[in-house]
Amino acid sequence: MSILDWFNKNKLKKTDQASRLDIPGDLWMKCPSCNDTLYLKDLEQNKKVCHCNYHFRISPEERIAMHFDNGSFEEIEPQIEAIDFLKFKDTQSYEIRLKKAKEKTKHADAILIGTAKLNHLPVNIGVMDFSFMGGSMGSVVGEKITRIIENAIDNKFPLIIFTSSGGARMQEGIMSLMQMAKTSAALQKLADVHVPYISVLCDPTTGGTSASFAMLGDINIAEPGALISFAGPRVIEQTIRQKLPKGFQRSEFLLEKGMLDMVVKRQNMKDTLSSLVKTLNPHYERVAK
Amino acid sequence: MKPLEFEKPLDDLYTKIDELKQLSQESNIDLSTDITAIEKRAEKMKEDIYSSLTPAQIIQIARHPNRPNTLSLAQLLCEEFTELKGDRCFRDDPSIVGGVGKLGPHRVMIIGHQKGADTKEKIKRNFGMPHPEGYRKGLRLMKMADKFDMPIITFIDTPGAYPGKEAEERGQAEAIARNLKEMIGINVPILTVVIGEGGSGGALGIAVANRILMLEYAVYSVISPEGCASILFRDASRAEYAAEKLKMTANDIVELGIADKILKEPLGGAHNEWGAIATSIKNALLEELDDLLKLSKEEIKNQRYNKFRSFGKFKEPKPA
Repeated sequence: MSILDWFNKNKLKKTDQASRLDIPGDLWMKCPSCNDTLYLKDLEQNKKVCHCNYHFRISPEERIAMHFDNGSFEEIEPQIEAIDFLKFKDTQSYEIRLKKAKEKTKHADAILIGTAKLNHLPVNIGVMDFSFMGGSMGSVVGEKITRIIENAIDNKFPLIIFTSSGGARMQEGIMSLMQMAKTSAALQKLADVHVPYISVLCDPTTGGTSASFAMLGDINIAEPGALISFAGPRVIEQTIRQKLPKGFQRSEFLLEKGMLDMVVKRQNMKDTLSSLVKTLNPHYERVAK
Repeated sequence: MKPLEFEKPLDDLYTKIDELKQLSQESNIDLSTDITAIEKRAEKMKEDIYSSLTPAQIIQIARHPNRPNTLSLAQLLCEEFTELKGDRCFRDDPSIVGGVGKLGPHRVMIIGHQKGADTKEKIKRNFGMPHPEGYRKGLRLMKMADKFDMPIITFIDTPGAYPGKEAEERGQAEAIARNLKEMIGINVPILTVVIGEGGSGGALGIAVANRILMLEYAVYSVISPEGCASILFRDASRAEYAAEKLKMTANDIVELGIADKILKEPLGGAHNEWGAIATSIKNALLEELDDLLKLSKEEIKNQRYNKFRSFGKFKEPKPA
């Protein structure tokens, strides 16, 4: 036995020990903010908010279950799918990226839209999914947002969109840029019929998404600590060659700068939303009659 | 002016022609046949170079410091152009300029990005990268145009909206988003000409138009090829490849159904000859205005809305 073998043997032993000590990933979660290890069941009961107020990123299903009446969500247009019309390829082709994202999230693209009830009040909702290619907006996301806006124009129920998106989907080139104009244009039509739109900005909302429908709510609400920006912090630091102050471009900062109406904790979101839509929507009474 | 990278062989030929001309003058030898031959070769070479430009080369032309710019075009196109300034909220942003004038028989509002020609002016104009107040000034002028029933013409030439600290603090995202929404509600025709660089949301923020025209060597993209390369490839040197993949040349943008028309540039690019391109822009704008002014206000708005509503490529099963 050479000295090298002896080293290798020890290395093997070490990894063995480590794997035995490994905490099962499905029972515990580490908070990226305070570094505490949290028992997943407790965390879920607390709507995936750490005791330090860090709001974990959550799936659209979780969000819908938390904020809307049980079983009231009815999905619209689940069958629209993206196509790789530019035959775009970076380190991977867009086609493969799409396939992987679909397998991972079990969704067709980065948003779910539909109707739901909020403390018995009917509403139109859109919920973005950051885990699908960074929640990026391509033709499908743009089209679905436009259709849920059009749905609201038809049924006159308020519109609530939860955003979580890195911006435009580069793999669709100029067409993804045009989705910014398309969604914003539809919101102008919604404004014409006096139906309220509440934008709930979740971590992160940046680039083409923040520079279109996300910032255009009659009421803009953010979850605590969400990154909300046009240009990301890394890009700005490269441009100005300075470190940005702590908390720059976070929800609380945007509230102070006048870009948001309020920052609302996940635990209070449902009641805040239902109170607002009830107060704002001039159409509820008429529809009820 | 330094020649563009791919124009160097051509530039060398021109230098040679100049040298020969000087030589023939100084030493009194007749070299005219040689000179004409080389001149012909140079002309042929120019045609060859410009008929097979790569997207990366086209981007170089689009970014040429001598490209026609908004203020010069406004002067060349309009009688009595008067610049107007300020967003009435914070300050005047020199990266977006605007003003009123007469284009042929029409009173018009002109708004556009302004990059600046020399170093001092470039710094003043922040290289054509607007802050939120630029977009707010643009919207103020558009609403004024709507009020006084003047068609709006916007010229696009920006690397993008400025990614800086103050721009974020004052709501860059909100300012662009607001323009995208409110431009849909404007009752007068809006015409956009992409004259140089159409850089992402910073370009789109004043480009929600009834008609989108592009100069032959202008580009329009969701992100700069450099930005795309550093994000997707994590390697800025792949910019040339990204430029191809992003499909950002005038031909691509028309093919994708976003732009309506390409305005041909003189051989060698618009930066060599502003007069010709100004005339062709003016004629194109007058033609489009003739068409659009036949429509009612409602039809003008609907046409613009339907144009943008139709953008997007996806698959959807046909309803049974």
